[in-house]
Amino acid sequence: MQFPAKMIHSLFLVNSSGDIFLEKHWKSVVSRSVCDYFFEAQERASEPENVPPVIPTPHHYLISVLRHRIYFVAVIQSEVPPLFVIEFLHRVVDTFQDYFGVCTEAAIKDNVVVVYELLEEMLDNGFPLATESNILKELIKPPTILRTVVNTITGSTNVGEQLPTGQLSVVPWRRTGVKYTNNEAYFDVVEEIDAIIDKSGSTITAEIQGVIDACVKLTGMPDLTLSFMNPRLLDDVSFHPCVRFKRWEAERILSFIPPDGNFRLLSYHVSCQNLVAIPVYVKHNITFREGSSQGRFELTLGPKQTMGKGLEAVLISSQLPRGVLNTNLNPSQGTYNFDPVTKLLSWDVGKINPQKLPSLKGSMSLQAGASKPDENPTINIQFKIQQSALSGLKVNRLDMYGEKYKPFKGIKYMTKAGKFQVRT
Amino acid sequence: MEWANQLCENRQFGSKMTDSKYFTTTKKGEIFELKAELNSDKKEKKKEAVKKVIASMTVGKDVSALFPDVVNCMQTDNLELKKLVYLYLMNYAKSQPDMAIMAVNTFVKDCEDANPLIRALAVRTMGCIRVDKITEYLCEPLRKCLKDEDPYVRKTAAVCVAKLHDINAQLVEDQGFLDTLKDLISDSNPMVVANAVAALSEIAESHPNSNLLDLNPQSINKLLTALNECTEWGQIFILDCLANYTPRDDRESQSICERVTPRLSHANSAVVLSAVKVLMKFMEMLPKDLDYYSTLLKKLAPPLVTLLSAEPELQYVALRNINLIVQKRPEILKHEMKVFFVKYNDPIYVKLEKLDIMIRLASQANIAQVLAELKEYATEVDVDFVRKAVRAIGRCAIKVEQSAERCVSTLLDLIQTKVNYVVQEAIVVIKDIFRKYPNKYESVIATLCENLDSLDEPEARAAMIWIVGEYAERIDNADELLESFLEGFHDESTQVQLQLLTAIVKLFLKKPTETQELVQQVLSLATQDSDNPDLRDRGYIYWRLLSTDPVAAKEVVLAEKPLISEETDLIEPTLLEELICHIGTLASVYHKPPSAFVEGSRGVMHKRLPARTGSGESTESPDVGAAGGSAPEAAPSIIPSQGDLLGDLLNLDMAPPTTSGPPPPSTGMQMGGMDLLGGGLDSLMGDESEPLGGDIGGSPAMGAGFGAAPAVMPASLNAPVGGGLGDLFDLGGVGMPMGAYIPPKIVWLPAMKAKGLEISGTFARRAGVIQMELILTNKAMSVMTDFAIQFNRNSFGLAPAGPLQVLTPLGPNQTIEVSLPLSTVGPVMKMDPLNNLQVAVKNNIDVFYFSCQYPISMLFVEDGKMERQVFLATWKDIPNDNESQFQIKDCHLNSDAASSKLQGSNIFTIAKRTVEGQDMLYMSIKLSNGIWVLAELRVQAGNPNYTISLKCRAPEVSQCVFQCYEAVLKN
Repeated sequence: MQFPAKMIHSLFLVNSSGDIFLEKHWKSVVSRSVCDYFFEAQERASEPENVPPVIPTPHHYLISVLRHRIYFVAVIQSEVPPLFVIEFLHRVVDTFQDYFGVCTEAAIKDNVVVVYELLEEMLDNGFPLATESNILKELIKPPTILRTVVNTITGSTNVGEQLPTGQLSVVPWRRTGVKYTNNEAYFDVVEEIDAIIDKSGSTITAEIQGVIDACVKLTGMPDLTLSFMNPRLLDDVSFHPCVRFKRWEAERILSFIPPDGNFRLLSYHVSCQNLVAIPVYVKHNITFREGSSQGRFELTLGPKQTMGKGLEAVLISSQLPRGVLNTNLNPSQGTYNFDPVTKLLSWDVGKINPQKLPSLKGSMSLQAGASKPDENPTINIQFKIQQSALSGLKVNRLDMYGEKYKPFKGIKYMTKAGKFQVRT
Repeated sequence: MEWANQLCENRQFGSKMTDSKYFTTTKKGEIFELKAELNSDKKEKKKEAVKKVIASMTVGKDVSALFPDVVNCMQTDNLELKKLVYLYLMNYAKSQPDMAIMAVNTFVKDCEDANPLIRALAVRTMGCIRVDKITEYLCEPLRKCLKDEDPYVRKTAAVCVAKLHDINAQLVEDQGFLDTLKDLISDSNPMVVANAVAALSEIAESHPNSNLLDLNPQSINKLLTALNECTEWGQIFILDCLANYTPRDDRESQSICERVTPRLSHANSAVVLSAVKVLMKFMEMLPKDLDYYSTLLKKLAPPLVTLLSAEPELQYVALRNINLIVQKRPEILKHEMKVFFVKYNDPIYVKLEKLDIMIRLASQANIAQVLAELKEYATEVDVDFVRKAVRAIGRCAIKVEQSAERCVSTLLDLIQTKVNYVVQEAIVVIKDIFRKYPNKYESVIATLCENLDSLDEPEARAAMIWIVGEYAERIDNADELLESFLEGFHDESTQVQLQLLTAIVKLFLKKPTETQELVQQVLSLATQDSDNPDLRDRGYIYWRLLSTDPVAAKEVVLAEKPLISEETDLIEPTLLEELICHIGTLASVYHKPPSAFVEGSRGVMHKRLPARTGSGESTESPDVGAAGGSAPEAAPSIIPSQGDLLGDLLNLDMAPPTTSGPPPPSTGMQMGGMDLLGGGLDSLMGDESEPLGGDIGGSPAMGAGFGAAPAVMPASLNAPVGGGLGDLFDLGGVGMPMGAYIPPKIVWLPAMKAKGLEISGTFARRAGVIQMELILTNKAMSVMTDFAIQFNRNSFGLAPAGPLQVLTPLGPNQTIEVSLPLSTVGPVMKMDPLNNLQVAVKNNIDVFYFSCQYPISMLFVEDGKMERQVFLATWKDIPNDNESQFQIKDCHLNSDAASSKLQGSNIFTIAKRTVEGQDMLYMSIKLSNGIWVLAELRVQAGNPNYTISLKCRAPEVSQCVFQCYEAVLKN
């Protein structure tokens, strides 16, 4: 007997060694054996992240996400929007992380009853019920060491006795009756630059993924407006539901009643059509000669268009060709490591001093008699630039209405490398 | 659980405060301990015990034995404890329905609680308990909750209606819940509206024709208002619902679009994609010269691009959808090529999708960039990806004519790398480029020929052979090259063999003087030494052509071929339209029509099947020109009325130029071959069998037109044909004595329910062997392979005695008859009706289930004749309660005829008595499982109604046995 199920039927959590360590069914129980199809796909995949996110089986579809080295595998039975499921799964992971600090197998097992309560609260009959962290926390209190101790002694509970107030108000994301002694609102503008740079150093693509994350601890029902010096940069944005879209359309001002606590106010995308500054350059010379069992390796890094700010936490990694047996390299600063099994070269550079550019030079030894490797390694760069948003986005002012007190306000900028790749 | 044990070891001294302690008791007495704790007087102990129970449940342990004890904990004012008990109930109520009733009172009471949280929780949990008895009690509380003053309760109740509908649809309709649900669409609270829409959409899924979601301008307006205020998930439901609406005119369409556009800026990608769907659909109605139309087009690009910076799983789904969108409206993303450039650490499934979209977006303006990228990808580590990248270069050449030259030179560069798989892929795509731009790039052939030795993949070998054959006149040593392939002819795959045959025939037609020997050699290899019917047939066709009319042969084989185009890998327009209407769904991920995803609930089965990949679309092959135009004219002299098949046959052996899926299984042709042979033979073999061989060999034209044909040929020709005939007779499995009654074949599994596979059949008993006789018909567009069959346990332990013998793939519109011998030693389970048999049939597409009923007479064994004495004793021995009487009406046989007819089905007459003009026949039957059935049949002369009394120790079989009597006597 089968029931048409519009939504998520079951959820299995699978660890990297392929064991199911938690299952939850919202409708009738689906046998674990359905995961065999997932395990088959897992076996076929060369890397853990290559498992396809949608897998058909004779009677179900398996939709999975991989986060923190745990696969969250949802089982659905008929036509359900896959993005709906994937978004929901990510939300589950975010919630776990929010509640337990980390989302690991151990953390989930340690809190299995809370996990179960959360999952039951997040989905009813396959329909998402409460996924806002604010509301969930009113329904089920997050475990803390202190509370666990207190609960054990006094016998009080994790479960809230009151209906979460926010769930029914016009601002479902905010609970009522919030009180703080120190009223503060912090905003972090974080930009990640994704780029592909070709052999000759010219930019093939470059784009910026930016977010504004907020931590708002304000009493009552504050109504905030945030304006930018250069709002025209933001032509491709996704807002938290609290943002009034009409006002943005008309005035390019963010107007919103914030959720309580941490939330992502906005994410934006600055694409390659706009000019994206590239903050770092790489000079490289990686060569193999036919018939020789040695290859040369030379890498020099330098800053470029950083708007006067320093490059920090620079980390280089590169997957060298399979034929490379070992390397003998000499870094001018930092430490480097080559794993002869995975062929992964990583160089922790640290800060870049523009007066003394860091370099990594030396030789690679190849398998004797093997032919010259076919593939060209790609160099992956990670870095951070403090106090600067690469796109040049700047907040003009933040105002608060609706409440009388004076909040403490703060705005921070940061740029990070996302997928920043240099081809050789 | 293994890890629980590990935990036990690891954590004994660790965090005593965490839940993992609940996993540590894995001793045998666990259940008893828990039971004691659950019944403890101390609240705290109780709660801890319930937590332990829940923890065991989450890892799949069976703790259902504790049901009554856990239910006892339900009446509590502690909300957490109550929730935990509810969690437990939902899991186990189904297995303990009687016990679950115990919980009803508490549920009903909780539905009246002052705290809305508890009211909602109670109605929500009750709906999750899938026990009929509970649902009866659910109606009243649910009715109240639907009208509750608190919107939280109302929105929970709305979902509950959908749950209840799932369990008992009739009840929901009778109780008028559907109307209440419809009223909730006008509720003042947007969350309630969203849930009502969600519930109605789910219910509507199982009532495709009902008018549940009556969409009119008023209700649309309500939905649009709720859209702005409800949660992200509610927005998805509402948007998906809006997408089903058809606006009255372009003005309404525009106003809806305007109100939906803000959703494109939502952080939830599912909301964004659902909004894209609504806009893509309603845009159709807008006039293209409208300013708003171009504004809307511009607004669609950024959100789609943003989706590509999300997590890889989201990217994948987004890319599959973007693939559809760029086919429908390429203008939206034509400037965004760069966002599809592949990063080396993208997961492979994202890389491949990006590659596909890059080709779709390739144009003269950006081709240089694209080619540089593709060349870069061809040096990556991942072999699959490298191959796809090389193919992509070929597709670019075919798509963007101006770039063809550049593509060819890029491919030549890649061939110079000498990386084996790169070279092979490059040769395959160069073949396609030749098919698109003939007589343009032949200068590269020399380079290609240099790499002949490194080709070890059939597709690459076939491509190379095709090139040599096609350009034989310009390759000086074409005959040597082809001859070198011929040496290992029998070790080659079918694809290569067919290509080699065609190429050598082409060569012969172009350079007849020096290649006669070669062509004879290949024809004899193909016709005599091969048992592949397809190859044999193609060999004969060429032979015949060459022998009757070499001029015609030249026209046919060397005919001008139609050029291939990019169209081959585009989705068929009607399917594309349909898929655009389903953006964001599974259908859009698989690029298959949505009807393929809804099991059983919607009756409409679209005949059109996947157009994207695989065998369905193999239209463009090098030979199509030869086959399409003149072949049917030439064919009739050999195989009457099979012109189309000939086309198919020649058509199938080379994969479409740039298909991304696997090449069509080359064995797919064997069925075609069979049919061809069978059909041809029917008419040819009618009264004389020799003329087939004689006709070919002895034809005067052969001597004239094809002078070098060896004299031995005619004689040896008969051999392979004879073999083919044998095959043909084996297939049917008929020819056994037809004594037993065999019901006519009926359709067991309609094609609609099985993705195009239709199965009809019957059962027969032949020479003591039970046979299931099946007719499989492929009504889908793609080839079916890998058939297998399995039975569920059944009353008499019927099980397949061997695998389902469908050795050749079943092509579209083909039918195959199979007979499957059955044994009676399988696992036994009593079925209702007794003779019911549940069958699962698998093929490469899916597994399908159906059930059928077999005539029990199949199980009547041959040694079922009882000794008279034993019969008498047994008859007396069986209690009278076990006797049942039936009437058989309108039977006009006399008793002797009836007796002999029944004997054919192993119903044996032991004795006959005549009393007052009434014949009494005593009969015995033995079933395969050793059960005896005794019967007394009374036949009155002149009365067409028989009376039959059956006595058996297992009286439940009587009804089935009676049915057999009726069937046997009346047929």
